[in-house]
Amino acid sequence: MELPNFSLALPEIFIALSAMALLVLGAFRKQEATQGIAILAIITMVVAALLVPAAGGNRAETFGGMFVVDGFAVFSKLLVLVASSLCLVMSINWLVKEKLERFEYPVLVLLATLGMLMMISANNLISLYLGLELQSLALYVLAAYQRDSGRATEAGLKYFVLGSLASGMLLYGSSLIYGFAGTTGFDDLAKVLAHGGIPVGVIVGLVFVMAGLAFKISAVPFHMWTPDVYEGAPTPITAFFAVAPKIAAFSLLVRVMVGPFGELTAQWQQVVIFVSVASMLAGSFGAIAQNNIKRLMAYSSIGHVGYGLIGLAVGDQVGIRGLLIYLAIYLFMNVGTFAIILAMRQKGRLMEGIDDLAGMSKTHPMMAAAMAIFMFSMAGVPPMAGFWGKFYVFMAAVDKGFIALAIIGVLTSVVSAYYYLRIIKVMYFDEPKEALDRGVSGSLSFIMGVNALLILVFTFVPSPLVSSAGAAAASLFGG
Amino acid sequence: MLEIGLAHYLTVAAIIFTLGVFGIFLNRKNVIIIMMSIELILLAVNINFVAFSHFLNDLTGQVFAMFVLTVAAAEAAIGLAILVVFFRNRGTIEVEEINQMKG
Repeated sequence: MELPNFSLALPEIFIALSAMALLVLGAFRKQEATQGIAILAIITMVVAALLVPAAGGNRAETFGGMFVVDGFAVFSKLLVLVASSLCLVMSINWLVKEKLERFEYPVLVLLATLGMLMMISANNLISLYLGLELQSLALYVLAAYQRDSGRATEAGLKYFVLGSLASGMLLYGSSLIYGFAGTTGFDDLAKVLAHGGIPVGVIVGLVFVMAGLAFKISAVPFHMWTPDVYEGAPTPITAFFAVAPKIAAFSLLVRVMVGPFGELTAQWQQVVIFVSVASMLAGSFGAIAQNNIKRLMAYSSIGHVGYGLIGLAVGDQVGIRGLLIYLAIYLFMNVGTFAIILAMRQKGRLMEGIDDLAGMSKTHPMMAAAMAIFMFSMAGVPPMAGFWGKFYVFMAAVDKGFIALAIIGVLTSVVSAYYYLRIIKVMYFDEPKEALDRGVSGSLSFIMGVNALLILVFTFVPSPLVSSAGAAAASLFGG
Repeated sequence: MLEIGLAHYLTVAAIIFTLGVFGIFLNRKNVIIIMMSIELILLAVNINFVAFSHFLNDLTGQVFAMFVLTVAAAEAAIGLAILVVFFRNRGTIEVEEINQMKG
């Protein structure tokens, strides 16, 4: 029997081995090694990010067709690795300040990242499920990581129950697809569905699979868990939840929809359009009444998922390119915003209220400026990066004739501008009750600075991101 | 004599799946019952997989069912662990009491 081609999965194998090695190291060195292990975990992700492009740009399969690497996978994996490593950098300082130094934390983040990379490369319903579960199981534990906090454990419990329900629905759908199409491989599914009629069982199964994946990207109507989990989970973990798993689940959704079920585009397109519109509406109207900034970010992320889904609803190469650009910009805006939330401390305690931002422009002028950049960008005010992200998605929709979808998108982003601008108003014009602590840690300022800089760079020099996202989308359509 | 065919297995699995989903949403009492409902859902899926695998003469479904069993065990372990820390903090596992954050 021939050995599979391991070199394609080199980044994943490397992360898996490092995670196990770090776990053993932590078991021997106990809690004082936490910072060292966190730094090693960050180095692991950086090395893996260097290995990812080396693993391949051309489409190749290994492990009996279970695992696929192409330009799309490389692009998404790089985004996920950047997101995870930035979140881990933010966490180190938080772990020290909250006296929660346990070596399991970086190891769990590494394992979740490994699951995400496997999801992105999944080419079979089995590898899809295993990657998704590896990610989810690590995330359930992370949500309840602050185990002395009632809110964090409640968030973990809610996330676990609803996450397992979503996995169950996804599995039930997979079983129907397997039964009625006779195969679980994506390539074979595409072949089976291209020839002859499409069995009703496959369509029912597809709807179940979509429901499971919609939960993972927190799209309406499967978004109920998002505000609670984002609010309850510790802030660096919320930051991690808001970016990395969403990028991975989005890539998985795109691969499943345009790959094996490309023949059923007419069927799933209606569902995606509905989910997209509902998410945009829920995201923009749900956030208006929020006073907790983490809860606000949860609704904001639901809205952003809706905008991203427009790209998928369009379903062609231009739409997927728009989606990838949107995800990349979303990643930097969100990580930067969460770094600022993590820096909001009064007398050493983390604050979460929007009112607590008052007067930040006087005490922390640089931080307020960075927050203003992120908020303008999220609101999609031209010429900020967030505007270009929305622009590419909406243009793809207009080109394909989904004009109503683009109009709803523009209107909901006007509504959402209200609460983003409210944050800026509070920072610059409100009198503070109590000032925020001075002295923001170096790693947080570093992350804020880098992300704000990247947003500005993209605002003025968009072509590198646009062309690489275009190449990634082209690889998915066999271009 | 009634021949038991694929449709019978699928019906049983569909009923168990529905019971599991309703068990999560209608249950107002205890989180342990939610955990049991999750297990029911996964078992319904396994019945589907094994039945399809038998009637398609294809082993993939049974391999998938083994993976589902393994993951279900890990999931139950993590779920119970989270439930234990939740109980330590709040002293109850009643569904009605999981309401510190309004959603």
